[in-house]
Amino acid sequence: MDINLTIFGQMFAFAIFVWFCNNKVWPLFANILEERKVKIADGLEAAARSIKDLELAQAKSTGQLKEAKVEAAGIIDLANKRGSQIVDEAKEQAREEGKRIIAGAQAEIEQEVNRAKETLRAQVSAIAIAGAEKILESSIDQAANEDMLNKLASEL
Amino acid sequence: MAELAEAGHAVVEHGVAEQTVQDYIQHHLSYLTYGRHADGSWGMAHDAVEAAEMGFMSIHVDTMGWSLFLGAGFLLFFRYIGLKATTDTPSGMQNFVEMIFEFVDARVGEGFDGKNPLIAPLALTIFVWILLMNTMDIIPVDLFSILLGFIGFEHAPFKIVPTTDPNITMGMSLSVFVLIIYYSIKNKGLGGFLAELAFHPFGKWMMPFNLIIEVPTLLAKPISLGLRLFGNLYAGELLFLLIAALLGAVQLPAHFIWAVFHLLVIPLQAFVFMMLTIVYLNAAHQTSHDH
Repeated sequence: MDINLTIFGQMFAFAIFVWFCNNKVWPLFANILEERKVKIADGLEAAARSIKDLELAQAKSTGQLKEAKVEAAGIIDLANKRGSQIVDEAKEQAREEGKRIIAGAQAEIEQEVNRAKETLRAQVSAIAIAGAEKILESSIDQAANEDMLNKLASEL
Repeated sequence: MAELAEAGHAVVEHGVAEQTVQDYIQHHLSYLTYGRHADGSWGMAHDAVEAAEMGFMSIHVDTMGWSLFLGAGFLLFFRYIGLKATTDTPSGMQNFVEMIFEFVDARVGEGFDGKNPLIAPLALTIFVWILLMNTMDIIPVDLFSILLGFIGFEHAPFKIVPTTDPNITMGMSLSVFVLIIYYSIKNKGLGGFLAELAFHPFGKWMMPFNLIIEVPTLLAKPISLGLRLFGNLYAGELLFLLIAALLGAVQLPAHFIWAVFHLLVIPLQAFVFMMLTIVYLNAAHQTSHDH
């Protein structure tokens, strides 16, 4: 075994390398692994939290959906009610309108009839007078026969 | 040692001459050495004899260089990855580095009870560095000889597996030993540390006996730590050399089988070194004794 200065060289190198490793290499990886550990722990915690959040959100959304359904049902009910109300009102209005039209028409018809009667009466009295004149061939005192003629006309 | 590489190839080709096999193996077990010559001047050793004459005042340029290169390379690479790493899903290299990081961190968490932020980086450095140095064993033994041949140094010995150099493994285990002593005294006090050696396991009246047991136990830690790693890798390297030198044409399947087996040894020895370091330092942090 040829032991020589190499052994001191190696011891010196050993000291330098251990020092370098301790100060310049080890902390780098120790820090990175530590940071990653923290990061992973945070990540897992965040995941657990988000699962809880999701559950809460789901519960909330289910509630809201239920509420919305009830509300919608209410709105539909109201709309149906309002619709039938409008139909009823329309029907009522139509019926009244119809009645009014009918009444108007009847009044007009009556008026028309009356007018026709009047015209007819006047013409009848004229015809009667003309007839009587023809028959009598003489003039009849208009005033003296007025009453009789009027009575005749009203009988028509 | 002039015709070493050549001799090695000659052996592979002809499968003869005991002397050349020895030379080939000897060549690959020699170091590229820089040191103080016998005449007092400093320079590269030109052959094994010259290197041996340098004795302690020399340095293995090849193993030391690879050791520094691999250690610095891995640390700078890890830092590069760490600087551009994100806390998002890691990908590619970051994932790979984090995997090693978490592996080492988990081993330290299991094996070390005390509170010392230095232990984990220490374990990471040891594990990856030794793993890389051991992995050099997988690179074909003659590859670098051939590559060096292109720039005219085909005869220079060049060892590329730092952990087959006892200087490298003992350098690391002695560093760990220094830490063991330092933390023992820091945590238990000098008195506590010495008391552990003297009054344990048989109480103070058996002090000499206790010392005879405990002091070698303590000293055996760095020696066994360093030699275990060295022995495993040295043996592995040697077997590769023997296969290359002796098996000739059929060496490829043999290399493959041994390499596959060695793939188990390489990470295992890195792991063992790291675990024992953690265990020893854990013991150094134990203040109360109840066993």
